Amino acid sequence: MNLRLSLALLTSLLLAACSDMPGKDAPIEDRGTVAKTGSAPVTDTQAGADASTQGLSAKAMTTTQGQAGGPGMEARGDAQAVVETRALPGAAPGQAAPVERPSAAVGAEAHKDRSGTLADRVIYFEFDSTVIAPRFQALLEAHANHLKAHRENRVILQGHADERGSREYNLALGQRRSESVRQALSLLGLPDEQMEAVSMGEEKPVAEGHDEAAWQLNRRVEILYQGE
Amino acid sequence: MSLPITPFLRHTVQLAWALLLLALSVGTQAAMTIEIVGGAARPIPVAIVPFALQAAGVVPDPAQVVAADLNRSGFFKVDNRPELAALPTRPEDVGFATWRAKGVDALVSGQVLYEAQGRLEVRFRLYDVVRQQQLAALSLIVPPSGLRAAAHRIADIIHEKLLGEPGNYSGRIAYILKQNGWYELQVADADSQNAFTVARSPEPIISPAWSPDGSQLAYVSFERKKPIVYVQNLADGVRRVLANFRGSNSAPAWSPDGRQVALTLSKDAVSQIYLLDAQGSTPRRIAQSAGLDTEPTFSPDGQWLYFTSDRGGSPQIYRIAVNDGTAQRITFEGGYNVSPAISPDGRLMAYIHRRDGRFQVAVMDLQTRQTQVLTDTAYDESPSFAPNGRAILYATLVQGRGVLATVSVDGRIRQRLSQSGDLREPNWAP
Repeated sequence: MNLRLSLALLTSLLLAACSDMPGKDAPIEDRGTVAKTGSAPVTDTQAGADASTQGLSAKAMTTTQGQAGGPGMEARGDAQAVVETRALPGAAPGQAAPVERPSAAVGAEAHKDRSGTLADRVIYFEFDSTVIAPRFQALLEAHANHLKAHRENRVILQGHADERGSREYNLALGQRRSESVRQALSLLGLPDEQMEAVSMGEEKPVAEGHDEAAWQLNRRVEILYQGE
Repeated sequence: MSLPITPFLRHTVQLAWALLLLALSVGTQAAMTIEIVGGAARPIPVAIVPFALQAAGVVPDPAQVVAADLNRSGFFKVDNRPELAALPTRPEDVGFATWRAKGVDALVSGQVLYEAQGRLEVRFRLYDVVRQQQLAALSLIVPPSGLRAAAHRIADIIHEKLLGEPGNYSGRIAYILKQNGWYELQVADADSQNAFTVARSPEPIISPAWSPDGSQLAYVSFERKKPIVYVQNLADGVRRVLANFRGSNSAPAWSPDGRQVALTLSKDAVSQIYLLDAQGSTPRRIAQSAGLDTEPTFSPDGQWLYFTSDRGGSPQIYRIAVNDGTAQRITFEGGYNVSPAISPDGRLMAYIHRRDGRFQVAVMDLQTRQTQVLTDTAYDESPSFAPNGRAILYATLVQGRGVLATVSVDGRIRQRLSQSGDLREPNWAP
């Protein structure tokens, strides 16, 4: 109860801070700091404020609030104070986070279980290839079965490419990979309405290196569930 | 995007973006440094006398900006030492012999005066010291914030008078700065000063494209977990979604009349090229291929779209007639030719060519089909032409960091602009 209240308070503080923000000369001392400190508390807010319908927008909203810059930083200072004072006697700051999720998610939410059969989300590709290796068949079947059993679930298939060459051409290469996964899921009986194939090109590498070891981790398709 | 969450998502993001835009009025004043490689075999020696400033503390002295512009071009060797101010420069007693003895071919003098309503008047004269005659005299009235622009204009005039072709100094560039985990779409003067962030996001932004009148930028943003094409007004910062169809939306390019935008969509098949009314309309697919088609760009006459396609097995540049859909392959040399840009006069195509594992800026004469690699770097990207067609702006990697660079179309003069953070995706305003 206390927790819910303070989360709501935190939300309104953030929104108020954002909307009060003067158009000009918002001081941003260190935008990097804002970016880093921004995500954690605000994500909590979003999750608490809007549990089910938030969907894919949670991240967008979160990051944009983070972008509020200087005033956002102030608000975060206030918010932090609220968050910190909410602690009940005996509760260490680190334990204050809500535990709203059962340890093993089931049914329609089984994909939220980070140790279950749906925890594997990434299909990797060879250089300049869109062929899905046989070792990923079980992964695809698990997701197809889960999605077919729970039609309310939606996924975005995000294709990625390594960094070499043109960004736009790499975007197209990533798209071809995500289309390849979309077709594989389609063959497993998943209807098109439940999935969208998109590409992030070379823009979101998981490995930052500039060699084949990094590149092979970056040539991939990630399965993202709505709400994640 | 046809997932049922779309309406809510759209609303949320619009709200979020409105909040974000409020934060964007913060100018970025990071200092860039410029490094020049190469230059004309015999640069023209020019003396630029510090301008007489009616008020102390006029910043910057236009003479310094003009000198930096001309030096940077590689075509001139500028002497602008303060002690030059002691020498005679008035039209009636300019003392050509004195200047000749200093070894200069041309002389520039000027002054900054107060005008009505807080504005400034910048006057300058250009003399041919050898022929002992005045080549140009002009007065520009500007607000104090326009001093730099006036100086670039003066540099353009000097360049044109002395070399017989237009200069490149007055333009603007757009590019992406990645810094501290943020992606900032910035607009700056062509000398990379006056940088201003017009959009910033923790998610990637790529492919900024100027509208032909320079008033809008189209670009691709990944803030919603997929690429979506936006168009943003530079005057008021308001932006709108141009293309958010199912799948990916990317690679915007304006038609020369500004009425249409060519872009890449994956709504019907993997990455194909479409035309869209710039105000938004039903996209018209203009090419059908079994391969990937992307990176469309119009020829200046609006008749052709040049683009990258791997329909033949490897990525190569093709062009297609906008009206009848006839496609022709343009590049044949090598297994990787991408990112076409056409010069304003329609005669040259700049593109990225892979050779021995290196990605380099190349240029093709579209009449003779002769090609030339212009750079010696290994990770060049995103070439675009200067408005006068004499230089190409591109991004490259130097010691793992993204920098912007320009190269003259004959490959002789290269400049590098650098700044803290990663710079990429540059585009020269038309």
